[in-house]
Amino acid sequence: MTPAISIKDLYKTYDNGFEALKGISLDVAEGDFFALLGANGAGKSTTIGVLSTLVRKTSGSVQVFGQNVDTNSYETKLNLGVVPQEVNFNHFEKVFDIVVTQGGYYGLPIKLAKERAEKYLNQLGLWDKHNQQARNLSGGMKRRLLIARALVHEPRLLLLDEPTAGVDIELRRSTWDFLQKINRAGTTIVLTTHYLEEAESLCRNIAMIDRGVIVENTSMKALLRKLHQEHFVLDVRQELEQAPVLNGFGCELIDSSTLEVILESHQDLNDVFTELQAMNIQVKSMRNKSNRLEQLFISLLKKPE
Amino acid sequence: MTLNYKLTAFNTIVWKEIRRFLRIWIQTLVPPVITISLYFIIFGNLIGRRIGDMGGYTYMEFIVPGLIMMAVINNSYANVVSSFFSQKYQRSIEELLVSPVPNYVILSGFVIGGVARGLAIGVIATFMSLFFSGLHMYNLFITLMVVLMSSIVFSLGGFINAIYANKFDDIAIIPTFVLTPLIYLGGVFYSVELLPDFWRLVSKLNPIFYMVNAFRYGILGVSDVNVWYAFTMLVIFTGALFAFSLFLLHRGKGLRH
Repeated sequence: MTPAISIKDLYKTYDNGFEALKGISLDVAEGDFFALLGANGAGKSTTIGVLSTLVRKTSGSVQVFGQNVDTNSYETKLNLGVVPQEVNFNHFEKVFDIVVTQGGYYGLPIKLAKERAEKYLNQLGLWDKHNQQARNLSGGMKRRLLIARALVHEPRLLLLDEPTAGVDIELRRSTWDFLQKINRAGTTIVLTTHYLEEAESLCRNIAMIDRGVIVENTSMKALLRKLHQEHFVLDVRQELEQAPVLNGFGCELIDSSTLEVILESHQDLNDVFTELQAMNIQVKSMRNKSNRLEQLFISLLKKPE
Repeated sequence: MTLNYKLTAFNTIVWKEIRRFLRIWIQTLVPPVITISLYFIIFGNLIGRRIGDMGGYTYMEFIVPGLIMMAVINNSYANVVSSFFSQKYQRSIEELLVSPVPNYVILSGFVIGGVARGLAIGVIATFMSLFFSGLHMYNLFITLMVVLMSSIVFSLGGFINAIYANKFDDIAIIPTFVLTPLIYLGGVFYSVELLPDFWRLVSKLNPIFYMVNAFRYGILGVSDVNVWYAFTMLVIFTGALFAFSLFLLHRGKGLRH
């Protein structure tokens, strides 16, 4: 099957000499939910920019559903919906008009554009604001308006550049639900994000980009399997003066009733509990110390160039 | 890409532009009406009565075509330069740039938006002139063609200004330091026959001089220049500015990185 995105040896050097992309290659399958992760300035937004034609590549080839973005820009753009990192609509226009106008840019007759606008504003919980100027929306609502605008022509591929940045947890979760729904309905989604939890929850495949180079490109499951260690925080009932010595496990005392235990990938958590029980230490509750993906992300970016 | 698609996209841009200047009518429609009223009252009525006839018409009748043309030129230019630059500044122009709309449709949409505002102000100015002077119409076709083409030329000028502008100051410089002097020295308020030979020659280097005179010819039947010469110049300006604007859009000047 033709991939939704096929990028080969993509280079981008900006006018100021900054090399944003140093020959990245990437394929995204149709129907995928794909994450592009990287630190600020890593090249994520430049990649999205090249796909959406807002950034001119220096060299390389970029295809969307088998169509070259340079020579078949009409066909590629029809298949693309873009949600930019920064809010970029006219704040003085009405919410409904913003979405309907975008439909017009994609050739939708006015009646159909209005129907689609109502459909997506409803699905994204914005319909009751449709007659208001966009400047009156909250930050989270503005981000959802960007999504509704990008979907009005029902593209096969949706590019989201940090779609939930600055959005509160409740809105973020409902945005995730919505994105999962349209992905299940067949829309290929590529998202860049700083929220690693977001990538872990939503995406099936992932590429990590660092200083313009892809450092990892695999499935989310395969990536998480690469984790060698997990850190668990245990709340215990007893007041402890020092960390117990656990056979084969790293263990630190965070405070008098909190322990941090480090497990290697081949070790079992049951053994930790057994040892603690033998020392008459009872565990009240337990949690992961930090996001697993975050640990992996940091370790990958620490690799020397 | 079908013709139907292009027409839909074109209509969308034009209606968006018209909606914009109607939404902010207090900034776009009211100020020119006040300015033109003052010109009619002070120059045409109060001072004009003491000046006497010019080109065989009363001074008021003589300046009416020039004032209408001045309003059309200023507003066509202002509409496109402010609309396009605002969209560039707040990056809402990206809505259009990521869409499949061809560059010439984008350019045409903005230009026709500018023409719509220019002509709307032209019609209002014409109605207002009826309070001060009778309505003359020597040649309707020439009148309409000149006003339409002049409006297109200055809409294109506004577009090019907006492409090059990086800050709001940049969209005020050309209207203040170039457009206004050219309009005032373009024969709106006087016939070049009144000028010494040297300044008469200099006036003929001013493109607005030809537009004002061709428009005056359409309304009154008098002109300081050959009307067909003015037409030829308008066609050349329209073609050259359209081609240059399209070139800038293709290059993505100030729009794509």
